Amino acid sequence: MPDERAVGWPESQGQVLQSGADGRARRRAALSPHLKRLQDESIFIFREVVAELRNPVLLYSIGKDSSVLLHLAMKAFHPARPPFPVLHIDTTWKFREMIAFRDETARRLGFELIVHTNEDGIRRGVNPFDHGSSYYTQVMKTEALKQALAKGGYDAAFGGARRDEERSRAKERIFSFRSTAQEWDPKKQRPELWSLYNGRIRDGESIRVFPLSNWTELDVWQYILAEDIPVVPLYFAAPQPIVERDGQLIVVHDERMRLKPGERPEMRMVRFRSLGCYPLTGAIESRADSLPAIIAEMLGFQTSERMGRLIDRDEATSMERKKREGYF
Amino acid sequence: MADGAAAAVEAGGGQRTGNVFRLPAEAGMLRFLTCGSVDDGKSTLIGRLLFETRALFEDQLAALEHDSRKYGTVGEHIDFALLMDGLEAEREQGITIDVSYRFFATDRRRFIVADTPGHQQYTRNMATGASTADLAVLLVDARKGVVNQTRRHSFIVSLLGIRHVVLVVNKMDLIEFDAERFREIRETYENFATGLGFESLLAIPTSARYGDNVTSASERTPWYEGPTLLAYLETVRIEADPAGQPFRMPVQWVNRPHLDFRGYAGTVASGRVRPDDAIRVLPAGKAAVVSRIVTLDGELAEARAGDAVTLVLAEEMDVSRGDVLAAAGDAAPVADQFAAHLVWMSETPLIAGRSYLIKAGTKTVGGSVTAIKYRINVDTHEHLAAKELHLNDVGVVNLSLASPIAFEPYAKSRDLGSFIVIDRLTNETAGAGTIDFALRRGTNLTWQHLDIDRSARAALNGQKPAILWFTGLSGAGKSTIANLVERKLFAMGRHTYVLDGDNVRHGLNRDLGFTEADRVENIRRVAEVAKLFADAGLIVIASFISPYRADRAMARNGLEEGVFLEVFVDTPIEECQRRDPKGLYAKVAAGKISNFTGVDAPYEPPENPEIRLSTIANSAEALADEVLAELRRRGIVG
Repeated sequence: MPDERAVGWPESQGQVLQSGADGRARRRAALSPHLKRLQDESIFIFREVVAELRNPVLLYSIGKDSSVLLHLAMKAFHPARPPFPVLHIDTTWKFREMIAFRDETARRLGFELIVHTNEDGIRRGVNPFDHGSSYYTQVMKTEALKQALAKGGYDAAFGGARRDEERSRAKERIFSFRSTAQEWDPKKQRPELWSLYNGRIRDGESIRVFPLSNWTELDVWQYILAEDIPVVPLYFAAPQPIVERDGQLIVVHDERMRLKPGERPEMRMVRFRSLGCYPLTGAIESRADSLPAIIAEMLGFQTSERMGRLIDRDEATSMERKKREGYF
Repeated sequence: MADGAAAAVEAGGGQRTGNVFRLPAEAGMLRFLTCGSVDDGKSTLIGRLLFETRALFEDQLAALEHDSRKYGTVGEHIDFALLMDGLEAEREQGITIDVSYRFFATDRRRFIVADTPGHQQYTRNMATGASTADLAVLLVDARKGVVNQTRRHSFIVSLLGIRHVVLVVNKMDLIEFDAERFREIRETYENFATGLGFESLLAIPTSARYGDNVTSASERTPWYEGPTLLAYLETVRIEADPAGQPFRMPVQWVNRPHLDFRGYAGTVASGRVRPDDAIRVLPAGKAAVVSRIVTLDGELAEARAGDAVTLVLAEEMDVSRGDVLAAAGDAAPVADQFAAHLVWMSETPLIAGRSYLIKAGTKTVGGSVTAIKYRINVDTHEHLAAKELHLNDVGVVNLSLASPIAFEPYAKSRDLGSFIVIDRLTNETAGAGTIDFALRRGTNLTWQHLDIDRSARAALNGQKPAILWFTGLSGAGKSTIANLVERKLFAMGRHTYVLDGDNVRHGLNRDLGFTEADRVENIRRVAEVAKLFADAGLIVIASFISPYRADRAMARNGLEEGVFLEVFVDTPIEECQRRDPKGLYAKVAAGKISNFTGVDAPYEPPENPEIRLSTIANSAEALADEVLAELRRRGIVG
């Protein structure tokens, strides 16, 4: 029998503690039926893609959804390792804690990590302060992603997007078809019935796959709690130097942060609901420093998760436009 | 692990008994769809459900208010339709085009709502939403009662196997909560729904706009004693336990990380399985024994319906993706011919005889519809004769697969009784079907085993059989070159036969015309004859316009690699019109012929023909030599 730890699963995951009379190990605590159903649906999706497509890749954003995505990938292919590499699009504006967590996670789970940056954007000095969030996102995220996918010749890319995040995502298929130009046409989506996903494509075409489509933000946190999945520490409340800008709490994370006249960072107890590039990601005031505290806090939220993401607010149909152009 | 994360997770792990576990997740999940036209107040109803269960956040409401001012159709009020119509085109046109999925929860249950468009032209999108739903919420406007659309939606709901329906009689405020009118509508619907196979049907009088009977009982309907919509959704019991059915698991992926491990990954479709259980591997029917159930969380003593697991068998055997593992004592039936309901979803119509890919469970095989028994008028449920199925048509068909599959009737198993039809060339999902029953024809009609086979005959003839399939426009030069090729082969002492488009239509295919369906049948018969002749050891030269790629793919289908050679006689239409050897283009120009390939009917040129012949710069003689050279290169002639 292969070693259960051959895939490099961490000690903290060792829930296989109890043995029954027949000597077979069992989990200590079962998942709720609801989380179990979501988990098994996601695993099914992972396996379909690997069975039907030639060269998949997992797009890793380092956030909580990506953590869950990786965890599910490990489950789907055990005892094999997930048979695809993990791709991170590095805009160079991520929080330091995110990069450290990314590298640590890659080492811990032992997957092949590919990091891609739009070097052309770097040469042109594209940044979120001078160029506005819309153009910056287009160059450093969307274009970078398209470059990386084309370079790797990937025909399928897993992403952690969920339908509850935003209303154009609510309309997107689990297997979401992309043209040879990597664009999404929301009016020409393939019908998707039962769990009969159609992964057939021609050369140059690709699909984006969203195994977490039917999960909600609350599901993600409950699953992280139930399965002890590590997440970036920035999700937990801690004191940070903050300036308030357009109603958003922005962390003055490094020397590149440009302060406007009159702005003075002050230490506040904050955490993040959603993680992106630091100048574009608003924190929330919170004292929730543990998973149960985060979940308890969430049950009282009055605003959505993407409230803190400045890139969504450029225009009314912001997300749909970005997605059509190739954004995840 | 990063130190911070470790500390945080440990902190979390230490407090696992807080009130966070008093969460709805424990109660399981209900997936339902809503249908009804925009005017019935469907979006308002969903908006209210989301709002009252606090699934709508302030920023989303603010965005909604902003959009209501921009696109809204309800004056001062928030237009909840805009919440569901997530696409720009939908908001601009004020219609729902595609399914939208929404999520909400109460203390008792989690809900996933598929909001589906009501118009007939979006039947396929409604079917998409219905395929994963356990229950349907069907709205009617109390002023209008049961209308055609109600009947159409009920039919599709029934077709997709939904057994639980809630009839929401909405806008009761506009008829002053008239109990008599409500009773009338309910009875009309109950009468209509007899025969649709619903196990439960509840009618609820509501006003989504004011909230009556949506989440709280209305004081304005004292005569109604049933539950509110939300209370009902929270408590309704769905479906028999699939774990109580016999064990079935389609194999998704063979897990072979190293030489010492071979597992079969899949999700248990029904029943349960334990180590030491005897199973059969279908369709082959080989017996096997399960030795272990592997998951990352340790080995399991049992896996049941819905569990995604990896099974290891006691003995090494040949099992691949698409096979179904089933209880040995109660295995699933296996067949390759079916009667099925089919919803057509492509702009290109379904034509009987055309070859498609059929995905059923985790298996994808070639297949075709051999007969369209009838089309169903979804408004009246009438059966209509049909030669083709068009976009959004629903029909009953005979389906024939290239190889047998394990299945269950859809009424018994959604997982093993459903299939999709994929267009071989565009790869689009062209149709979705449900298996009614297997056709017994397959069991009475078996292959007669013959002692002398193709290779024996070929050896006697001293040649390798082949099919040279010449395709191209009328007047391209197909017959001229084909004729020369045959003469050259004959001179070399080879055994050949030419099947010519015009000649075949004088005999074998005399009964066929030039509609798309007839062209498909024409090619199908010729392809079968070509296969028989090749089987007899001949080099067959077929010369047909054969304009559709799908049909040429069908002619190639089932032949060994290297037997079928597609020869594209590539002549531009202008040149064909100039040559016009049979005077046909002149007749087309004079309006005497229509449906003519290249003029007013499409020609789909081959993408990767084995041989491409350009007739502009080369003589027929030189091109025939080119074909012969290729035959030598491939070892078909010495």
